[in-house]
Amino acid sequence: MATFGSLALLIGLALAAYNLFAGGVALRLIATGQQAAISPERLADTARRAGIAIFVAVTAAAFALVYAALTNDFSITYIMEHSNRALDVKYKFAALWSGQEGSLLLWCWLLAAYGFVLRLRHRTDVKLYAYAGTIFAAIQVFFLAVVNFAAPPFSLLRGTVPADGNGLNPLLQYPEMVIHPPMLYLGYVGFSVPFAFALGALMMRYPGEKWIKITRVWTLVTWLFLTFGIFLGMHWAYAVLGWGGYWGWDPVENASFMPWLTGTAFMHSVMMQEKRGMMKSWNVWLIFSTFLLTLLGTTLTRGGLVSSVHAFAQSSIATWFYVAMGVVLAICIFTYIVQRDHLRADHQLESLVSRESSFLFNNLVLLTACFVILWGTLFPILSEYVQGSKVTVGAPFYNRVAIPIGLFLLFLTGVGPLLPWRATSLKAVKRNFIVPSIALWATVAVCLAFGPRPLSTWFSEAGYFYALVAFSLSASVFTAIASEFLRGAGVIARQTGKNLAVAMYLLTRRNTRRYGGYLIHIGVVIIVVGLAGAAFNKSTEKELALHDSMSVGPYTLECVGFTQDSNANYNSDYALLDVYQNGKKQFQMAPEKRVYLASQQPQTMVAVHSVLSWDLYVVFEGINPDTNQPIIKAFLNPLVSWIWAGVVLIVGGTFIALVPSLTPATAAIKVTAPAKVHAEPVLKGGD
Amino acid sequence: MRYAVRNRRWIKGVQAAALAVAVCFSIGATDATARYEKLSHQFMCSCGCGQVLGECNHVGCPASPVQLAELKVDMTNGLGDKEIMDSFAAKYGATVLAAPTTSGFNLVAWIAPFAVFLAALLGTILLVRHWSIGRKQLGEPASTPGMDALRERIRRETGSEGSY
Repeated sequence: MATFGSLALLIGLALAAYNLFAGGVALRLIATGQQAAISPERLADTARRAGIAIFVAVTAAAFALVYAALTNDFSITYIMEHSNRALDVKYKFAALWSGQEGSLLLWCWLLAAYGFVLRLRHRTDVKLYAYAGTIFAAIQVFFLAVVNFAAPPFSLLRGTVPADGNGLNPLLQYPEMVIHPPMLYLGYVGFSVPFAFALGALMMRYPGEKWIKITRVWTLVTWLFLTFGIFLGMHWAYAVLGWGGYWGWDPVENASFMPWLTGTAFMHSVMMQEKRGMMKSWNVWLIFSTFLLTLLGTTLTRGGLVSSVHAFAQSSIATWFYVAMGVVLAICIFTYIVQRDHLRADHQLESLVSRESSFLFNNLVLLTACFVILWGTLFPILSEYVQGSKVTVGAPFYNRVAIPIGLFLLFLTGVGPLLPWRATSLKAVKRNFIVPSIALWATVAVCLAFGPRPLSTWFSEAGYFYALVAFSLSASVFTAIASEFLRGAGVIARQTGKNLAVAMYLLTRRNTRRYGGYLIHIGVVIIVVGLAGAAFNKSTEKELALHDSMSVGPYTLECVGFTQDSNANYNSDYALLDVYQNGKKQFQMAPEKRVYLASQQPQTMVAVHSVLSWDLYVVFEGINPDTNQPIIKAFLNPLVSWIWAGVVLIVGGTFIALVPSLTPATAAIKVTAPAKVHAEPVLKGGD
Repeated sequence: MRYAVRNRRWIKGVQAAALAVAVCFSIGATDATARYEKLSHQFMCSCGCGQVLGECNHVGCPASPVQLAELKVDMTNGLGDKEIMDSFAAKYGATVLAAPTTSGFNLVAWIAPFAVFLAALLGTILLVRHWSIGRKQLGEPASTPGMDALRERIRRETGSEGSY
């Protein structure tokens, strides 16, 4: 299998190199109008077909690695290091991405899958797809070169093959880890597609904004995967790491968040380009930056540049990524300089109080947030360079700097939809803001009336103050978006005589993009409410003898047993806790501590009881060796389920936004066709 | 006259924003329990687990119980927050602090994000004003009551103002 996998990867690399070379030559011949022995269109098509074949080759390699894991082929170093005989089948499958080499192979496979679809859909616009496909092939050449030469997943073990492997990292032996990394990678890798289209469109001086329409679905799907992957990671951290939280501002978490921020900024500002031909340079650089940040994130995770509990083992592949980032940046800058006159805006902003302006400020805040995270992630390195000693930039820094920025972004989320395009009068703005403002102040009043006492607590504790601002802004934004829905639905209900629910459905179908977007914003609001709940977290820790009890919030936990269990993969200790509320038994929880036999590493299995208002989160911290009794830590984490509910809304909203509207949107797109473009021969097919 | 009124509004707006920022960054813990909670979240556990001291949760951790006990002792001895942080940094190294200090080069860590944000905000506002003034000089009205009424009517009747 090792030979088969290695050979498949080599073939994949050769195909990618051919795609890049032949595609590049064909595009050059077309651009210059030179004659050649083979027609450039035919050459370009062979390049495209080679690109499709890459998918077959890389799929074969990925299959070989999974097969080796499933058949316990410990002659392959990677399998020996990341699997063992007793490992559950689904985790053997997950071994594909649990280590450096395997995860890079997964990256290549996803890249090949995206490339496969991209090249199959070439008839949409043959020339643009030829450019994008060739740029995409260059990215594939890089990653396939890395897995062939720098981090080969099929390298064979030297010496005697052991009877069993080292096993999978216990932290990864959790159901979500079977889907979290592929989702995150689908997001990371997917941004290569809009990047390839943006660079290709700029290189060929693509007329008009159609390339944005073509890549919109790609961008939205990629963003959805990244969003879902990030939140799956948060849920995994919450359920597995056992510290009661879901986001620790770890460099690897930050690495996934940065491209999400720039990608989100791109999805907003690109609307200005589609509707008004503005922000062209800005959008191109946003997508360039997003792609570069995915490469940076990979470098941070894999190069040992910053220390992280998530990071893969330190390796030399960082150099490969530094070179790649340098080359990509140089190509982006060069192309931009050469073609910048093509990116001249058709319109300019007319008013500070307009939808365009709110998008601009939204972009500003998202990019500032990205800068803050990048700055915080890289500051330890800068500090070491300047001061000679590293410093830690942890949660207190980000909480202090990023939360105010996040709250400002939330404010803009509410303001944006209330502002019309181009310009408006102050009177109209005031009218639109009345209801959201009432909601804001009503929420402040409710919080102060029913929240913690004394009232000064809200203003003396940073967490409480931020929570107050978050709750009130969330109410305001929710009201603003809901009023937009209701206003539109009301018009349709009047026009069609249907009830409000049907009218709301029709409204959404008429403009899925807009109302899907609003649903995503409501999801964000709900997530913010959930995050703000963290200010009110409570926790208590106690060593429990049989029938001892402990209290947290409204719950009393009574220990009714503690016992041990074992199977071929791990030994476990767990406690059985009866949970009482108002003196009445409600349910039972069984927090667990495992020790995996192959790796001899411990792992917490948290017990969580989740309701709308809070999570009861119980951790079996271990056994006191002196008394042989379990130590239990219980958290009452308010509103956590709101975070996961918000994610469901975001996913739903994105799906709605992906569905074509019943009637076409009324946006007028000005297409300017420079003479130079017509001077070039056009590839066959498509438009 | 209109410019003067507008400027006064701008100044008031900036004052309100400055006050909000000041409130955001000046608030802090008061009583002893809250202070302990707050301080325990200002340090990292030095065992290498990468967790904040107040959240380090593994039984048998050789570092966190010792560090938390030291924190309690320092607080009982009446040491101020800065003195406690200095003593931890001296004993465990600068990486024990969960965030950079606000002195020397570390201050740059705190200033840079806000400086960048303010510069970008100012730049954006100036750019938008420059564009809108440029348009007005070209004689194209940005907004007129008639146009506003028309837009409002379209908005009322269609429930939409364009795709989003």
